[in-house]
Amino acid sequence: MYLFLVAFILLQCLAPGAFSAEQYYKVMVDEAYLELHTGPGRGYPVFYVVDRGMEIEVIKRRTDWFMVRTEKGKEGWAKRADMELTLTPAGEKTLFAEAGFGDFSRRRWEAGVMAGDFEGADVMTVYAAYAMTPNFSAELSVSQVFGDFSDAYIGSINLISQPFPEWRLSPYFSVGGGVIYTDPKVTLVDENDRTEQIGSVGIGARWYLTRRFILRAEYKNHVIFQDKDDNQEIDEWKAGLAFFF
Amino acid sequence: MESRLGIFLLKSISVLTFFSVLSGCSLLRVDDAPYEDSEPVIKPELERRTITEADIDSEDFEAGVFVGVMSIEDFGSNVVYGGRLAYHITEDFFTEAAIGRTKADKTSFEDLSGGAEILSDSQRELTYYNISLGYNILPGEAFIGKGHAYNSALYVIAGIGNTDFADDNHFTVNVGAGYRFLLTDWIALRADFRDHIFDSDLLGKDKTTHNLEATAGISFFF
Repeated sequence: MYLFLVAFILLQCLAPGAFSAEQYYKVMVDEAYLELHTGPGRGYPVFYVVDRGMEIEVIKRRTDWFMVRTEKGKEGWAKRADMELTLTPAGEKTLFAEAGFGDFSRRRWEAGVMAGDFEGADVMTVYAAYAMTPNFSAELSVSQVFGDFSDAYIGSINLISQPFPEWRLSPYFSVGGGVIYTDPKVTLVDENDRTEQIGSVGIGARWYLTRRFILRAEYKNHVIFQDKDDNQEIDEWKAGLAFFF
Repeated sequence: MESRLGIFLLKSISVLTFFSVLSGCSLLRVDDAPYEDSEPVIKPELERRTITEADIDSEDFEAGVFVGVMSIEDFGSNVVYGGRLAYHITEDFFTEAAIGRTKADKTSFEDLSGGAEILSDSQRELTYYNISLGYNILPGEAFIGKGHAYNSALYVIAGIGNTDFADDNHFTVNVGAGYRFLLTDWIALRADFRDHIFDSDLLGKDKTTHNLEATAGISFFF
């Protein structure tokens, strides 16, 4: 009895954890058949078809493809559009998140790369942004400037206002602040490294391309608050590619 | 009569005792399912857990390491090694961040002149990083022997980044192509050819240098 109780309690503790690893989302094929490809892409050949009424387990997802396992143990990849013709265990149509224009205006996260001109020098920027509302987003960006006489790194936080989030070509305004670290090329100029504050205002536009892609271009006017007497003003133009998720 | 009442009382007491013992036992138990259901208890536990679409594991990231040969214009070829992290946005497009490191040899001039050194040892270190956009082309299966088929695809890739060489940062454009061979659905072997293009004035005058790189690597989807 005692032993049984201990075993029973152990079983209770182990059961959910021990078996959850083998559990997958299940759907039922509701079309005449479901095609399985050898890989996650339309170019990979179809090697198997699952008949109507068969249950399949969804093992994992890569981009818009799902790796599924049939009742007979065949594993292959099915595309999202086909998977949406299946039924959930509750008998409803299966729906998977698809990125489209609607998601563009409702996007939460966005990341991208831009390159351009920073007062005559090359500049490269990597950024990530989070949309708090459809109109406002906060953006963290890091830039590297490749100048003839000095290199610089800029880290900044920007607040972006997008008055027409539902437009395909959507303009925006930005204000931001951060720090700029300037590293003069010692062989050319006898100056020390310096870190200064930088502020900026900007105007730009996003253009929704397709799926998860955005083209983005902007102009920014920077002011570097220098230790010397004058503040330095800098014009920056850049464009790049971003995606949202 | 009295004996019947006695038996009834005894029965009641024994039943009560039985239940109190049961309830006492139930304190030891994790949930409050009836003790009698102990046999099939695992099954209802499983069915109660609902798995939704959000529980499907997404594997859109790919991380890997590579090693190969990189030729630095005018400075010979040397071993290059590095790492990369890719995010697959669609079945066609992926973005990739990479970092690599190699070392410059001597220029022909340095070799011929005997003693003159253009760069110090630490200046010969070359480190690059870049962010690129890749596009998968020609997907298909590759066959090894009669019984083995593997997924594979070529890709073309281009991007921008920085090359830190000879104490100077250079804005760098990279273009190239590669081959991805999938051993399993989550392990890939890769061969990659890349041209890193940047302007340099190291040898006196400004010129655009082409720095070719060929690498082999392994990567993992997660």
